[in-house]
Amino acid sequence: MSRIIVVTSGKGGVGKTTTTANLGMALARRGKRVAVVDADFGLRNLDLLLGLENRIVYTAVEVLAGECRLDQALVRDKRQPNLALLPAAQNRTKDAVTPLQMKKLVAALEKAFDFILIDSPAGIEMGFQTAIAPAKEALIVTTPEIAAVRDADRVIGLLEANDIKKKYLIVNRLKPAMVQDDLMMSVKDVQEILAIPLIGVVPDDEKVIVSTNKGEPMVLAEKPSLAGMALDNIARRLEGEKVPFLDLTVPHDDFFTRLRKLFRGSSGKS
Amino acid sequence: MLTEFLDRLFQRHSTQTSSRETVKQRLQILLAHDRTDLSPAMVEQMRNEILQVVSRYVEIDSEGIEFLLENSDRATALIANLPIRRIRTEEQIAEEQAATLQVAEEDAAENPKLDLSLGEFSPAELNSNEEGMSTSSGTT
Repeated sequence: MSRIIVVTSGKGGVGKTTTTANLGMALARRGKRVAVVDADFGLRNLDLLLGLENRIVYTAVEVLAGECRLDQALVRDKRQPNLALLPAAQNRTKDAVTPLQMKKLVAALEKAFDFILIDSPAGIEMGFQTAIAPAKEALIVTTPEIAAVRDADRVIGLLEANDIKKKYLIVNRLKPAMVQDDLMMSVKDVQEILAIPLIGVVPDDEKVIVSTNKGEPMVLAEKPSLAGMALDNIARRLEGEKVPFLDLTVPHDDFFTRLRKLFRGSSGKS
Repeated sequence: MLTEFLDRLFQRHSTQTSSRETVKQRLQILLAHDRTDLSPAMVEQMRNEILQVVSRYVEIDSEGIEFLLENSDRATALIANLPIRRIRTEEQIAEEQAATLQVAEEDAAENPKLDLSLGEFSPAELNSNEEGMSTSSGTT
């Protein structure tokens, strides 16, 4: 039986698509047959992050209209043949596909893939409902910011209402130095508030932008970045492996931090 | 000038709670409201009704009232902190009840009743004001 996992967040721009692309690639590299499904109809991006945008011929909409077969719409990744993308239509709106149709598509994919990752659109309207309809598990991506955590909480409530019991939290774009200075919520803070199991912590990393520029997921890099390693670890944990969380604490001893500490210390006395 | 500036800079740093704590508190309250799906109007109504009942028996310090929905581990709790200024005597309670009945009959809001009780205990209010004055003069 294949695992059907929706990647969702509520808020936009927190890293759903980057997470989907990297987890898909990481799982495929580990020998799993993976289909990544772009459920963001009208605003598709997953193809870009995977560097597959020029190879799209058909999309899910044509499959559902009977204009092509499912395997014709699937884009096989040349770097990693275990990975296939089912693209979303770009010229349609978010309700181009209904929850029932999404269930049908995923049921057909189940025959050929071990993992089906669905990249959900932002928001909690019809597009979100369509994306979660076939899912058995959910990865909730959030950043340690008030708006993202609030929206994640809302989404967790909706997933519960839709009877998706396995929910895992990914805290993305953590800035460990800011957490250490008490300027950002820690992973523990976020997890305590949302109260679902944590499956990964991805540090804020400039490599994410470089990797999207090139259309090469970070987990493919020869010299893995911290964010790439964190994402690879999530893929391993999804497979049930016990992987310790990366140590993201930063050495805190440069001249300026010492100076700042000195100032703060003296301020306490005055 | 410079020392004054530095002092202010430092003081701000030392007295402010960290933004991390602030955001956590804000979120906890925010999510409690989101999760319970109670409208602000309903919370306000509940608050007023609870205050109405409690003030029949004790006089509440209206300045110090805290009334929040909080949650931990996806469970929500109503936290009400109602500082008591003084306990009402049985006579007063009986009086209040009579007044409440009257007010109910007249179909009026709870506000006139609150005004009444504040008027009765004005000395206590004056005292607390004096205290407030003296502490603020101490810091300047």
